[in-house]
Amino acid sequence: MSPILTVRDLQVSFRTDDGVVHAVDGVSFEVSPGEVVAVVGESGSGKSVTAQTLIGLTRAPNSKITGSVMFEGADLIELPDDQFRAVRGEHIAMVFQDPMTSLNPVYRVGDQIAEMIRAHRDVSKAEALSRSVDLLRSVGIPNPERRVRDYPHEFSGGMRQRVMIAMALALDPEVLIADEPTTALDVTIQAQILRLLDNLNRDRNLSVVLITHDLGVVAELADRVVVMYGGQIVEDATLDEIFYNPQHPYTWGLLGSIARLDEPRPERLTQIVGQPPSLLNPPTGCRFAARCKYAFDKCTQPPALEARLGDATHLDRCWLTPAEKLESR
Amino acid sequence: MKGDPLLEVTDLVVHFPIKSGIIVDREVARVHAVDGVSFTLHEGETLGLVGESGCGKSTLCRAILQLVAPTSGSVRFDGQELVGLSRRDLRPLRREMQMIFQDPFASLNPRKRVGQIVGDPLELHGLASGAELKRRVQELLDRVGLQAEHYNRYPHEFSGGQRQRIGIARALALQPKLIIADEPVSALDVSVQAQIINLLEEVQEEFGLSYLFVAHDLGVVRHVSDRVAVMYLGKIVENSDSDALYESPLHPYTNALLSAVPIPDPRKNFARERITLEGDVPSPIDPPPGCRFHTRCVWATDVCRTEEPALTAHDDGHVVACHHPRTG
Repeated sequence: MSPILTVRDLQVSFRTDDGVVHAVDGVSFEVSPGEVVAVVGESGSGKSVTAQTLIGLTRAPNSKITGSVMFEGADLIELPDDQFRAVRGEHIAMVFQDPMTSLNPVYRVGDQIAEMIRAHRDVSKAEALSRSVDLLRSVGIPNPERRVRDYPHEFSGGMRQRVMIAMALALDPEVLIADEPTTALDVTIQAQILRLLDNLNRDRNLSVVLITHDLGVVAELADRVVVMYGGQIVEDATLDEIFYNPQHPYTWGLLGSIARLDEPRPERLTQIVGQPPSLLNPPTGCRFAARCKYAFDKCTQPPALEARLGDATHLDRCWLTPAEKLESR
Repeated sequence: MKGDPLLEVTDLVVHFPIKSGIIVDREVARVHAVDGVSFTLHEGETLGLVGESGCGKSTLCRAILQLVAPTSGSVRFDGQELVGLSRRDLRPLRREMQMIFQDPFASLNPRKRVGQIVGDPLELHGLASGAELKRRVQELLDRVGLQAEHYNRYPHEFSGGQRQRIGIARALALQPKLIIADEPVSALDVSVQAQIINLLEEVQEEFGLSYLFVAHDLGVVRHVSDRVAVMYLGKIVENSDSDALYESPLHPYTNALLSAVPIPDPRKNFARERITLEGDVPSPIDPPPGCRFHTRCVWATDVCRTEEPALTAHDDGHVVACHHPRTG
């Protein structure tokens, strides 16, 4: 199946008072129709900037974006603002982490959804409102006829996130970008939202780019996983490969540092020593080398993201040979 | 049981009045934040406290330290009653009880240097001054994995994990017996979380500390805790030895919580049976009658809607407040 979204050599940098921050440095990946691609990484890994760039939110006087994001034959990076507006919401929609700050507190929820529908479709206000009711119902909000007239503060965190998802789905987009959609929620509510996203993905064949730091959420939802570190992709593989045959020491570290419920308690958690690199002045060689216990002299050269296992769907950015990796892991 | 009881909380209640009226404040309702909580923490032990937002975990912590005045109930620390003590009488006791906060960005004064932040408690309690103070602070910084030259830096020069280390150094400065850690790692990235958890475990051993460890991440709580208490809407619904709680939870809420945590292993995740709770946590202003969990519980019967279950012991030290515990 040909991909619906193709990101090639995406570079995003921001001019700041302290210098140029290279937030995203050469990111390439693809999303197939109906596929859930998880982008995993820590704060400052560039995962959110990547997501925001896909939907044109990093365009700013102090930012510089190069590379390409191909969607239905058009390069979104080159698209002028007014044409991008037709893509955003219509074809690619986004759900943010914090549902409280992403909704306007002084407008009724129904009006906010209706406004978005009317910005893209030539329908009457009444029609748009009744469509909002259907949308709220489809994301599992009880009493949608009454709830469209409520304000955001009258909803709980989980319900607000459902409203955000309803709004994102209003124009039937092909791609949904979800940036930490459950991070602000409690586990029982998180489980509800994950189930909702999973159903949407199945029922509508919706492609999802899921940005998260939680490998549990990844295991629940993703088909493919892209691991980011220091603005670059360090590993890109199928869900099973990432969990059962990870190739990059950073991925090992991420998997090892989780306090897990499904395994006996270890004496100590595996920790990754040190801090992530500064993106103002990233290291010239492997960006993870300074925190990697397997680093050797070759790591002063930057490794490329390649299929090092002979499997074209499993890419990683580490100089160790597959045999050495198997031994070290 | 590790040592003697260090902290005994009995029937602790914290209600916040909701007032209305312009000239005369009338109390129109109350938030039942903590509603009759009892537990014991032993010396050298870690008690994990889990529950969702709004269940009263943080208020409970603050009430134990007398940072908010409890409505009723008793908190005994090292045999001494804290509820009703004057500020002056509390002061020497505060040395023994320290707190580590969730947000390392908000809990350090941005205008003070690290040396002051960590050194102030020592100075205020008259334990060190001058060169001795500086030496002690630098020792503490070194112990928590920072460098002596960080003494003169400001909090904004540090990353989240490093700031949490500063918070830990400050808590350790007075050599307390008890540290209450309120979500100490939830603002941090996983790789840094592991660093901080390992550090907390090391200093516990070294300084003989007892922890009340509050978190919503059940994996983290299981890793650090000897015992775990589960809170729901202001009440403890289950309290048990950590292994027993995770292996055979008795309360349906504990069951649902554990089942809601996604496991970072796709095959196991796919294979296990999940209980998904419907709906949201009810409001603590008007908690449901009977068992507070009955509105979301699949096993609820008539008795759950009318009668409040008491905390009763099942196995050795495994107490649960439920009419229909999940035994066998």
